[in-house]
Amino acid sequence: MDHQPPPFFKRGPAPVALLSFYVALSAVLLIVDARLQTLEVLRQALSMFTHPAQQFAHLPAQVIDNATDYFVSLARLQEENAQLKRGRLDNVTTLLRTRQLEVENERLRKLLGVKERQQASGQVAQILYAARDPYSRRIVVDKGQQDKVVAGQPVIDDAGIVGQVTRVYPFVAEVTLITDKEQAVPVQIVRTGLRSVVFGLGNGQLELRFLPANADVQNGDVLVTSGLDGVFLPGFPVAKVVHIERDTSYSFARIFCMPLAGVENFSEVMVLEPRPALALPEELAREAARRDAKPGAKSGPAKKKRIKRD
Amino acid sequence: MQTSYSSSRILLPVRPWFIGVSLLIALLLNFLPTVASPGVPDWLALVIVFWSVREPRRVGMGLAFLFGLAMDVADASLLGQHALAYVLAAYGGSSLSRRILWFPLGQQALHVFPLLLLVQFVQLCVRTLVGADFPGLVYFLGPLLAALLWPLLTFLLLLPQHQPVDRDANRPL
Repeated sequence: MDHQPPPFFKRGPAPVALLSFYVALSAVLLIVDARLQTLEVLRQALSMFTHPAQQFAHLPAQVIDNATDYFVSLARLQEENAQLKRGRLDNVTTLLRTRQLEVENERLRKLLGVKERQQASGQVAQILYAARDPYSRRIVVDKGQQDKVVAGQPVIDDAGIVGQVTRVYPFVAEVTLITDKEQAVPVQIVRTGLRSVVFGLGNGQLELRFLPANADVQNGDVLVTSGLDGVFLPGFPVAKVVHIERDTSYSFARIFCMPLAGVENFSEVMVLEPRPALALPEELAREAARRDAKPGAKSGPAKKKRIKRD
Repeated sequence: MQTSYSSSRILLPVRPWFIGVSLLIALLLNFLPTVASPGVPDWLALVIVFWSVREPRRVGMGLAFLFGLAMDVADASLLGQHALAYVLAAYGGSSLSRRILWFPLGQQALHVFPLLLLVQFVQLCVRTLVGADFPGLVYFLGPLLAALLWPLLTFLLLLPQHQPVDRDANRPL
């Protein structure tokens, strides 16, 4: 036990000076992170310490989950197994036909000279936990840089689109759910083929925006990805229209949708491979190349002009 | 170590490792999967305020800043959001510490409540500036519960500093 005399003279910087230093530092971090997004390296470095701690904190919940799983009765498991077998038989017929249809579709597309549809492939990931941020809707999955996950990859489950990978750490990745306020997905209504963009509302619902008040939309319409963004492959179910408000004083209808995928549930998801960029048609590509080459070509004549003027 | 209103017991000096361990336990408590129940108090903010009130020379804004950054990374929030809030709370706690410790525990909790409210409010301001929505009034329930837990927390965290009651049979006084 050492009783030091109070260090009257050695007290370090004044509290207000320290406060202004730390507040300024936090403000700089905030602005850089919000506007420039260049702090990912710092985030990844810090995550090397926080992620093990987080996993440690999640251990008790996992143990309880596993224990309840362990004591699930045999009868229930058998019943579930039988159900799954039946479901598989049901699916096999459609699956076989789908395969045949896909081949046929590919051949027809080749005949028509249309670009072939891209195959969807990906890797299965386990949802570890939901991020504790009350302002955003994000989940963390157990695949990261080690598994070659990159930001922007779409994430789906067995029913439809769940979200998009927005941040990648060494061992885990952060997925922004489609219900997040800042997430938008370009979609198409299956029944009519109308294209629009669906935005998250932050409360578990989605809103279909920029459709005129008299647009042909009905309750129960299913929205699928349109694939126009070059990120999501076309044809994945996204949401279902649940409520429409048509107010003549606004030019757009307010259309609310519910996500089809188990967006807020904990289960396994699939991280789809990033979509390769489609090559531009020849004419456009040539034009783009010319535009790229122009600045260099232009500087020549401009210099000459200036010389002439001199 | 300071004398306080509520007890005239002389406390042992605090052990630095105990401060560290209590902060780490609070950090782990914050990492628990409690997304479903938003009224859960911010344990780390509470413990940082406690030590900055009790030991303003040992736990200051530097530690608050570091733990805030850890929370930011773990929460996937903006980098600096928790750090700013915790730094302000630590400053408030240390500058009010002489005053707070003169009150009984119940009134200390009343002093601590605004500090914890400040932690939530700063975070709300930061996120609203960036464009997030108001997450609902339940968001401010956490500080209230945390302030109610203040007496219990004081008892628990000061337990290692209590001196053993050492009765001497030969000298009863």
